[in-house]
Amino acid sequence: MIWLAFWAIVRRDLLLAWRRKSEGLSAVFFFVVVAALFPLGIGPELNVLRNIAPGVLWVGALLSSMLALQRLFEADYRDGTLEQMALSPVAMPLLIGAKMLAHWLVSGLPLVLLAPVLGLQFDLSGDALVTLTLALLLGTPILSLVGGVGAALTLGVRGGGVLLSLLVLPLFVPVLVFGAGAVQAQVSGLGVQAHLSILMAMLLPAVFFGPLASAFALRIALE
Amino acid sequence: MLTISNISCIRGGSPLFAPVSFSLSPGQALHIEGDNGIGKTSLLRVICGLSEADSGEVLWNASPLNGQNPDTVENFRSSLCYIGHTLSLKDELTGPENLLIDAQLFGRNLPLTKVFDALRAMGLSKWTHLPLRVLSQGQKRRTTLARLSLSNAKLWVLDEPFVALDAHSFNNLRGLLAQHLQQGGMLLYTSHQQVELGLPSGLAMDVRSIRLVAT
Repeated sequence: MIWLAFWAIVRRDLLLAWRRKSEGLSAVFFFVVVAALFPLGIGPELNVLRNIAPGVLWVGALLSSMLALQRLFEADYRDGTLEQMALSPVAMPLLIGAKMLAHWLVSGLPLVLLAPVLGLQFDLSGDALVTLTLALLLGTPILSLVGGVGAALTLGVRGGGVLLSLLVLPLFVPVLVFGAGAVQAQVSGLGVQAHLSILMAMLLPAVFFGPLASAFALRIALE
Repeated sequence: MLTISNISCIRGGSPLFAPVSFSLSPGQALHIEGDNGIGKTSLLRVICGLSEADSGEVLWNASPLNGQNPDTVENFRSSLCYIGHTLSLKDELTGPENLLIDAQLFGRNLPLTKVFDALRAMGLSKWTHLPLRVLSQGQKRRTTLARLSLSNAKLWVLDEPFVALDAHSFNNLRGLLAQHLQQGGMLLYTSHQQVELGLPSGLAMDVRSIRLVAT
């Protein structure tokens, strides 16, 4: 019964994203544009490009996931489906976790898949591209989970978008540092394992506490 | 059995209505009346557990609904079907998709034929393939009400269920509510109109009413 409800939410949100493609695509498109414009603006200096690549790609991923965050709970709040989720006999954190998973599949996973292609423009080596993809694979779910808590806290607040950025961006900084650091370490020949382990160490508590904290904040928003 | 004892809601520093108490047994309905803004919706939301009461408590089968009784809360939630002012429907999905997902959210997998039957009973069989955004307000409302016949909830809590319905659907809903009571269900609803719940057979229903008054 629990997993039926969990997958129902995941499937519903994916179906909704499919039916209103433009919303999901705009965030991905933003990422592509940011990553594509930097090499054009900076010029064909390969050494410079190789050095800035991890930072540019990570900042792009971070900002584009911020774009999609604001809409995470808003539609459900307005049309009343969030109320029904709160009234379901299934524990609310689990349903919120399902929403976050769907959100990551729509806004995070495309970034992970696109990053190696975009990384080619920055003349990243094969190993560095693998590291970049791995780091994004571990890091983008953190953005969805931690950002979800921020989205839940600012739900229904006027001008919530700005508040959300102020609230969440500082929390994204460690992910940015270690995510970009992993690729940097790979490029400069140091081991990447430490960086990836730290990302994993951030991901696991986020998986556990993110939905829990969001569900708590959403119950307050619904009152 | 649902028991409400001395519930009050405070909004903006002052109580909305004088504390209310009542109880509801299987087969009974309660019509909550009151002027605009007196707190009918707030009361229903407190009863469902969407917001906290400022005093008093809600009991389900004689045990209070609060954090200390997770089993009671779970049992209550699986026995509850709440339809509020919002439709709880997704505009991009079709009627059957919406109803299927809604049932799954409550842990029940419905066969598609049952969903179509429920929509047909609401007179919506012609529009099952369309996303809800192209339907009229009344048709959307009827789609939401189709959830009632699909749920196996004992307690129906309905906030203004008769709004935006045409004469035919109005009678349909009356019959549906009466049938629910006859099968031992419980019903709690608000409405500004006086609605006679009754089956075509003319069997009288146990409907009481309570009026919320300002303190």
